[in-house]
Amino acid sequence: MTAAVTAITMPKWGLTMTEGTVVGWLKQQGQCFAEGEEILEIETPKITNVVEAPSGGTLRRIVAQAGATLPIGALLAVVAPDEVPEAEIDAFVAGFAVAEPSTSEEAQAEGVKPRDIEVGGRRLRYLELGEGDGAPVLLVHGFGADLNTWMFTQPALAARRRTVALDLPGHGGSAKEVGAGDVDSLTDAVEGALGALGVEQVHFVGHSMGGAVAASLALRRPERAASLTMIASAGLGPEINTSFIDGFVRMARRREAAEVIGLLVHDPALVSRAMVEDVLRYKRLDGVSAALAKVAEAWFSGGRQSLDLTSRIAELAMPVQVIWGREDRIVPVAHAEALANRLPVHILDAAGHLPHMEKAGEVNRLIEQFISR
Amino acid sequence: MPQKSIRQALNEALAQEMRRDPTVVVIGEDVAGGAATEGQRDAYGGVLGVTKGLFAEFGEARVIDTPITESAIMGAAAGAAVTGLRPVAELMFSDFFGVCFDQIFNQAAKFRYMFGGKAKTPLVIRTMIGAGRSAAAQHSQSPYHIFTSVPGLKCVVPSNAYDAKGLLIQAIRDDDPVIFCEHKLMYDLRTEVPDEPYSIPFGEANIVRDGDDVTVVALSRMVHYAGEAADTLAKEGIECELIDPRTTSPLDEDTILESVERTGRIVVVDEATPRCSIATDIAALVADKAFAALKAPVRRVTAPHTPVPFAPVLEKLYIPSPERIAAAVREVRGYVG
Repeated sequence: MTAAVTAITMPKWGLTMTEGTVVGWLKQQGQCFAEGEEILEIETPKITNVVEAPSGGTLRRIVAQAGATLPIGALLAVVAPDEVPEAEIDAFVAGFAVAEPSTSEEAQAEGVKPRDIEVGGRRLRYLELGEGDGAPVLLVHGFGADLNTWMFTQPALAARRRTVALDLPGHGGSAKEVGAGDVDSLTDAVEGALGALGVEQVHFVGHSMGGAVAASLALRRPERAASLTMIASAGLGPEINTSFIDGFVRMARRREAAEVIGLLVHDPALVSRAMVEDVLRYKRLDGVSAALAKVAEAWFSGGRQSLDLTSRIAELAMPVQVIWGREDRIVPVAHAEALANRLPVHILDAAGHLPHMEKAGEVNRLIEQFISR
Repeated sequence: MPQKSIRQALNEALAQEMRRDPTVVVIGEDVAGGAATEGQRDAYGGVLGVTKGLFAEFGEARVIDTPITESAIMGAAAGAAVTGLRPVAELMFSDFFGVCFDQIFNQAAKFRYMFGGKAKTPLVIRTMIGAGRSAAAQHSQSPYHIFTSVPGLKCVVPSNAYDAKGLLIQAIRDDDPVIFCEHKLMYDLRTEVPDEPYSIPFGEANIVRDGDDVTVVALSRMVHYAGEAADTLAKEGIECELIDPRTTSPLDEDTILESVERTGRIVVVDEATPRCSIATDIAALVADKAFAALKAPVRRVTAPHTPVPFAPVLEKLYIPSPERIAAAVREVRGYVG
């Protein structure tokens, strides 16, 4: 019977998470749920996210109450069929052992450490997770972001395949030289990274500017693209919120940064001070503001997107899908709506420009279903 | 990201800025490190170990050992700054500022103003503060409030290695004289520090932890004591918002005032003596600009108005403790007007 008793534990989202706080339970003790239903909310130092049920069952025991802050791997709740006796649940809780923190932390740190590759004489940082036989997933972040934007996406997709998240030139842990900073130079960098990693064909998943980079690489080298998922992508229309772009390039202080970063999400309360601090730590590095200014000038000068790929979407022979947040305040959702009669388009309610963070479970499911067809 | 001590972070900041800008020079007592040792001029990396390796890399024209004469160090550095270099001068113990205060207070601090904005004085003075090593009354003080009170000087008081590196780089790039105060008990304190150069703007406080009950403002080593107190208080259900101003001049008044507007209660922790101090200055700021928000009197936790005692037991009593900080927070939290 014990095999049917499973634990819900504190997840690890992102490279730096060591503990999380239970915000609240969305299911009551004793309640049944199906796979994918939202079980509880966890607040990390960066952002709040929902834990979804990995499989159906009954929430037999809530161990961690709202407000509790616990290390990753700690027991939060016990799931088991109704017929499992209470005594067995008690025994499960009593016997639950969090993986030895010292060894597991070391092992995890070893396993999830980003690495560097040389592309065109320039250092690029990437994070690889998961393994499998099929085409790997390549995740390309947007303007001003880095591979941590995939903190909820990459671990989920990595359960069944190799995944690689890349820091674009000028971003995250990559070198700060961006070359021309335009779509061609960023596409060159991603193509070079694929070569350096020895990957033939990938499922591209790109967000915002990274969506346009992925699309342009799929246009340039169609044989390399098993599929393309464009999330709140640039390059699909002229409109762009330049007060975000300009603000992001300019901001140096916490107050201004919080306002600018708040534009990314439908509910600014989701953005924690730690998330703002992380962005500021990146912005303070020598060369970052100059690199971002160059990229912004190449992509978004004059208050408009200079790249429009809409007329070339039909050339993409691989499966292409588009995912957008209905409340996007950076790139208007109309860009997705205009493609709805040509491509699978998924518009998510209560999500802004970061649907892969704000509605992580839904976006993960959409990508998983799309690439495992 | 690599963990580095404050000592390493400062060393890295100096080396990176000296590589970037040939006008950056280091000057002070034994900054070359072990000049008197046989055969090896960089034996110790200076008395504090902060300048280790600089002499070997940059040579004696840019790493300048001086006699034990603070007035000459500061005079030379101020003059060099106003004539085109970016000197980082070391005043080993801040307690010694008295012998070179004309050069700092009446010369470097005034040049920009006296010369109608035509002169700039990109001078950094690194100096040690703090009690806790039984170094007695003449080597244990924290006189950053005196530098803070001088218009024309900027004053930096970092509490961790990340801030120390970013603020020292900012100080070197700043065109005004900056007093950079390093706590002598914190050089080995480690935190994550990027390898790349970066700068943290002055006048931007760090919110060390969020809380809605009581605002706690603390500087330098006291940030860590206040953090310990906040951990204890959190178990009692009292959530402190801990603010580290990072620089006392300029001071990020907005972050302090906005926090007090929300919490209505404030405790200011300061290792320095209380008269005309940073703690007193911030208390006055809050009384002046956030009086209507206050639900309890402003409390200061400071050293007493006495010299720092030599006897270890007395010195321990002298320095604000986590227990005293926690008691002050409980008092303002429980205050009924």
